[in-house]
Amino acid sequence: MIRFAHLFEALDQSTRTTDKVNALAAYFAEAEPLDRLWTVALFSGRRPRRAVTTTELRNWAAEAAALPLWLVEESYPVVGDLAETIALILPPPDRLSRRSLSGWMALLRDLAGQPEAARRAAILQAWAELDTAQRFLFNKLVTGGFRVGVSQKLMTRALAQATGHDAAELAHRLMGSWSPEMTSWERLIEAEDGGADASRPYPFCLAHPLESAPDDLGPPQDWRAEWKWDGIRGQLILREGRHFVWSRGEELMTDRFPELARALDFLPPGTVLDGEILAWDGIAPLPFAALQRRIGRKSVPKKLLAEAPVILLAYDLLEWQGRDLRSAPFVQRRALLDRALSGLPPDAPVRPSPLVGFDDWQALADIRTEARNRQAEGLMLKRVASPYHAGRKKGDWWKWKLDPHTVDAVMIYAQAGHGRRATLYTDFTFAVWDGDALVPFAKAYSGLTDAEFREITAWVRSNTLQRFGPVRQVKPELVFEIAFEGIQQSPRHKSGIALRFPRMLRWRRDKPAAEANRLEDLKQLLDPPGT
Amino acid sequence: MARDPVLEFTERGIYCPAGGFYVDPWHPVDRALITHGHADHARPGHSRYLSTTGAAPILRQRLGDIMLETVSYGARLRIGDALVSFHPAGHVPGSAQIRIEVAGEIWVVSGDYKTVPDGLSEPFEPVRCHSFITESTFGLPVFRWPDPAEVARDLNDWWRDSVAAGRTPVLGAYALGKAQRLLSMLDPGIGPLLTHGAIETATSVLRAQGYSLPPTVAVTPETDPRAHGGALVLAPPSALGSAWMRRFGPVSTGFASGWMMLRGVRRRRAMDRGFVLSDHADWPGLNTAVKESGAEKIFVTHGYTEVFTQWLRSRGLDADIVPTRFTGDEAQVE
Repeated sequence: MIRFAHLFEALDQSTRTTDKVNALAAYFAEAEPLDRLWTVALFSGRRPRRAVTTTELRNWAAEAAALPLWLVEESYPVVGDLAETIALILPPPDRLSRRSLSGWMALLRDLAGQPEAARRAAILQAWAELDTAQRFLFNKLVTGGFRVGVSQKLMTRALAQATGHDAAELAHRLMGSWSPEMTSWERLIEAEDGGADASRPYPFCLAHPLESAPDDLGPPQDWRAEWKWDGIRGQLILREGRHFVWSRGEELMTDRFPELARALDFLPPGTVLDGEILAWDGIAPLPFAALQRRIGRKSVPKKLLAEAPVILLAYDLLEWQGRDLRSAPFVQRRALLDRALSGLPPDAPVRPSPLVGFDDWQALADIRTEARNRQAEGLMLKRVASPYHAGRKKGDWWKWKLDPHTVDAVMIYAQAGHGRRATLYTDFTFAVWDGDALVPFAKAYSGLTDAEFREITAWVRSNTLQRFGPVRQVKPELVFEIAFEGIQQSPRHKSGIALRFPRMLRWRRDKPAAEANRLEDLKQLLDPPGT
Repeated sequence: MARDPVLEFTERGIYCPAGGFYVDPWHPVDRALITHGHADHARPGHSRYLSTTGAAPILRQRLGDIMLETVSYGARLRIGDALVSFHPAGHVPGSAQIRIEVAGEIWVVSGDYKTVPDGLSEPFEPVRCHSFITESTFGLPVFRWPDPAEVARDLNDWWRDSVAAGRTPVLGAYALGKAQRLLSMLDPGIGPLLTHGAIETATSVLRAQGYSLPPTVAVTPETDPRAHGGALVLAPPSALGSAWMRRFGPVSTGFASGWMMLRGVRRRRAMDRGFVLSDHADWPGLNTAVKESGAEKIFVTHGYTEVFTQWLRSRGLDADIVPTRFTGDEAQVE
């Protein structure tokens, strides 16, 4: 754990990517195999079952620090992280444990399911044997929220540096369902990659946003365009007579979308499709709100299945007849995809996402303006000759989204952020005018610089009208331009509307509150109701 | 007949009716007693000032030609019906708590303070009193300062490592107090110490007073950084990331403050390194000071006033919040 804490310190201290990669690579080169394996698991978002609730942790920490619970609760929002708060309030350790990372993980695994007294005793003893830095990490392991500012891409780079293996191949090996208990460092990283699990997905190829018109991309004939759908990116795997559905966040979603099981009836084993899961009315996508009802539901009631059925609009073919196609050019994969999906009956849960034909960039720009009517967010541009990259690689895939809607709104409530932003007011509630009254209609917490947040934080402190717990009602003076992707009627909200992806575009220092937009302006933008 | 309280909390600041003076007032008054030279405590525009002998040179340097009387630590002065004395607060060199006694009742205004010796400031001295006015900048149990010797080791390691990696370490610190404390912790054997103008001014004033500080080189427009290989640069927070820093080429930035205790703040500042070093009392320090004052009544000023007051009450003490306009040199997290 000491070595792991050193690694974490090095990662946390530096803002430079090369420093982080070097620190990780050094760790992978010298740590024990089982510790390395756990490190890879943790940094790729894999974690053991939670053995202790955060409520228990707070209570035990208060007890160990001889502080009233309310004081721990008051400290938490200032620190912005429970694991860190607890690490800081506990008295210094009386001895230091030499247990390794994997040793602690084993201890935590064994704790799950034990009676409270045993779990309490084990946690208190761990705290008494760890210094502040290790305690913080230990608490992170216990609470399961291990996010450390190391992207999977960066970790893969370091693994490649330390092992000499190809980074893209490593990225593929690390995908899917595995845990340190099921595998070993040798099997996961070093051995011939033969007996891969049937469910293992490929790393998703990700696009960069196109900031201006595509005129600089070269001849239009080098490119293909598709609609950029507003659904859930998904990878459908058909292997060994079974099917698996993975999200971009590497979450297995197979049971959430039972409709897709029927793909097995139409497509042969050894097929992997990349596409967009959408709620579908038989001809066109339903509004995102319909799909939203399906998200987060582990099991789907019949009624909902009927009201918001989903399909996969496929736009890439990654594996066909068991063969990895990713290095083939896009046009070839696309031609194979069309062939594979041709002649499927209309009730098949998989369809090809159509290509959008265009002769020149201006024509494509005109087509893009229709995106909203088609329930799309814009267009995707894919280079004809491009392979299916692992991850985000600039140059071959571009997303060309519609410009967002914007509205000028007045800030009326402010709340402090979490983590990195715990001492700043960053979460704001915005209102527009309805007659003489301000009606709240959206919350947003991103889009401004740290310097602007600092300035607004100082302003909030001296312009608070009332406090409601952590929320401050402020003088309705500051105006912000709010951008959003879509707007729908919502009986649940006071304003009667709900926005999609609201964020702050800029601070309108030039505008007095009286000149902010009105609710009528917003209602004119309402999305067309679903057909 | 009810007596006036020894001190009153007014719009202009803390006022002593028996002595007709204010302590660290924020609006111009006739007579101001000043705990220390930080800008939120020593404001311009008062007719008469009183401070410790040690704080006087900085006050003169910052406020210009003021009418300033000075007094040594521990010496008793009679002002009107009040008996006044200054006692070390350990915050910065020359800083003081002010003890005010009226008809046998003793109040102490502690100003800003820290209880751990920093090797430069006159160490904090507990003063017994009936009423104790305390700050609470770091009045939460998450603030517990590490051993300064460890921080000094980290600082010097960072200096050496940065130089070895071809980077100039630039350390951000408040110009008065923190900067000199850092100078006294840094190892001049590693290389030259370069200072930004704002820091050099305060440093030369304190050096002239006899505080033991290593030699420094002030950075001017003519300074050629290459002539000072292996140097560490000390700059006020505002200079970090500014055009002023460009002259040093590739840098490693560091910042020393009590807030560096919090990972969120360290990451937000986007510094390469954060060092936990404060001139304010941490949680144990605040609690020790309150206890050692022996006071039956505690007034809590700037910082986490609500939480610290509630904590003191839960410990059976009579505590109240006093609204102030002190921002404190470290009150702003940023």
